[in-house]
Amino acid sequence: MTPLHLSHYTASSCLGHGLDATLAALRQHRGGLTPCRFETVHDLDTCIGEVAQVDDCPLPAPLAEYECRNNRLAWLGLQQDGFDAAVEAAIARHGRRRVGVFLGTSTAGILQAEQAYRRRDPATGALPDDFIYRTTHNTYSVADFVRHAFHLEGPAMVISTACSSSAKVFASAARMLAAGLIDAALVGGVDSLCLTTLYGFNSLELLAPEPCRPFDTERNGISIGEAAAFILLERPPDSLDARAVLLLGAGESSDAHHMSSPHPDGLGARMAMSAALQSADLQATEIDYINLHGTATPSNDAAEGKAVAALFGDRVPCSSTKGATGHTLGAAGGLEAVISALALRHGFLPGGVNTRQVDPGIAIQYLTDNRAVAPARVLSNSFGFGGTNCSLVLGRAG
Amino acid sequence: MKLTAYLDGIGLLGPDLDNWDTAQPILAGAVDYAPRAVVVPPPLTLPPAERRRVGLPVKISLAVAQEAITAAQANAGQLASVFASSGADGDNCDVICRTLASEDRQLSPTRFHNSVHNAPAGYWGIASGAMTPATVLCAYDGSFGAGLLEAMTQVSVDATGTLLVAYEAPYPEPLHAKRPLPAAFGLALVLMPHQGPHTLACLQVELSAGPVDQLANPDLEALRRQVPSARSLPLLQALARGHAERVVLEYLEPLSLAVEVQPCR
Repeated sequence: MTPLHLSHYTASSCLGHGLDATLAALRQHRGGLTPCRFETVHDLDTCIGEVAQVDDCPLPAPLAEYECRNNRLAWLGLQQDGFDAAVEAAIARHGRRRVGVFLGTSTAGILQAEQAYRRRDPATGALPDDFIYRTTHNTYSVADFVRHAFHLEGPAMVISTACSSSAKVFASAARMLAAGLIDAALVGGVDSLCLTTLYGFNSLELLAPEPCRPFDTERNGISIGEAAAFILLERPPDSLDARAVLLLGAGESSDAHHMSSPHPDGLGARMAMSAALQSADLQATEIDYINLHGTATPSNDAAEGKAVAALFGDRVPCSSTKGATGHTLGAAGGLEAVISALALRHGFLPGGVNTRQVDPGIAIQYLTDNRAVAPARVLSNSFGFGGTNCSLVLGRAG
Repeated sequence: MKLTAYLDGIGLLGPDLDNWDTAQPILAGAVDYAPRAVVVPPPLTLPPAERRRVGLPVKISLAVAQEAITAAQANAGQLASVFASSGADGDNCDVICRTLASEDRQLSPTRFHNSVHNAPAGYWGIASGAMTPATVLCAYDGSFGAGLLEAMTQVSVDATGTLLVAYEAPYPEPLHAKRPLPAAFGLALVLMPHQGPHTLACLQVELSAGPVDQLANPDLEALRRQVPSARSLPLLQALARGHAERVVLEYLEPLSLAVEVQPCR
């Protein structure tokens, strides 16, 4: 694909609001997972990555119909690092119809429906009048919210392919730009804590009691997190700062195997990584760091490890940053693209946190400490339920 | 900027629209339209264990996808796919919300993995064996338009054959009162980068600001207005008539999608 410039980006997660807080936590090799006390969820023995002060961020009055945790998290995220001003500048450059909005989420504002069901009319069973399905619960609500917040008039959608959602938006946005339908794309992911995912992953016995330990011998499940990550993608200008970050390639595939288990040999994952390399016109030897999907379930990490080892051997330093951020599900692809961009921009490899004993059965070079090596090209993996896989290649301009 | 693709196969399922072959004369106006409950065939392409677990959206998607693939004589394993729906599995969502609002919040693992928006794409992969990219999207009432645009960009930019599947299934109460979808509906289009022996029509799609086409038949127009995937009906009607036509479909305000249909046989 033709490289695209990440002309502005930001992320908010349990590591903090915005890039400075995120970078500081990564530099200090520090995570943000804490025991779950979310909402009324006091009976699950697990840790979560909760974004601070989401509840303190009401939406402006003209956008009040979008009120829900997911859109509040989106709004909080848009205010960081001057991202909102960057979007306005892109609109000024290209026009309202030439800026697309492509966001990933898995559960959107489902928490609003979960809470509304507790307030059903005792006589009729009806949901309360203040529950608005379209602007909260519906999967599209977060992209609709962002499109309205900036008065945009271009193409938009939410991609909802579980935990690959906000990686796949990069691929779709790149196609829209290549087709000439738009000149800039606001991409990323927003996914927020809710009962469906907490009790759902609990039902699958996939929640770790302690902060998750990707690629550890004793890894025993995920820690659910939440995040808002936004990236503005544009065609690169004629000259770029050497530290500018480009999207070089994207690869997508399906496992065609099982709804909630990965292909045991990571075949789909391998196909997505190969496709991303091909899209970037790069060889495996030209990748300097891999931000793994690395959820910390025994089967996911084993399958991904096999796929990475098959393509890259143990030559490429790899880590999962989910030990620090938790698994932010539909926001993970966007969040980890931003973390990859930080690694490229600031010249370091973020080691995984919480991992004490790297699984010797997985033949990859897993980093448990930060490394002061400046990568030029990074691969980021995102895989999800339903056997959906997406890998992105990001690179430094110079 | 016009995006071009060649339509090789159609699958359709809706009220009184049991499949493309029987729906074609209805949409062309040669046979009366008499809305009745949708009959959804069982997903026989899934292994028995999976077949028992799936909800209505999966059954609808698999039925129309298979019909379109068969009509196109295409190899599902070589087609990328785009699944577009304004909602997921409403029955499943209702059970999850009821359970989470009750004293005992324990969910069934199957309920949980079926709750993802990409469940139909996941089951399609299991049924067809396709390891190709599958994109699953939502744009509320503009979901069909968004799906068509995504599929057209895949065909024209990646030069890959793409299966577009759009579908809705109604929510049960109490969500139905908040999102009243009156009927299940689904369609599938096999879109190819080059004309082939099975090509039915050439489609050229561009962003437009023009007013959206309506249908003359009031019952079909009601279906178009009420079900997002049925926003495709003006296109299906043009294909059923078999004439060269330009139709304008709903997308996201202020944009619509203009589609030029050029029959190839």
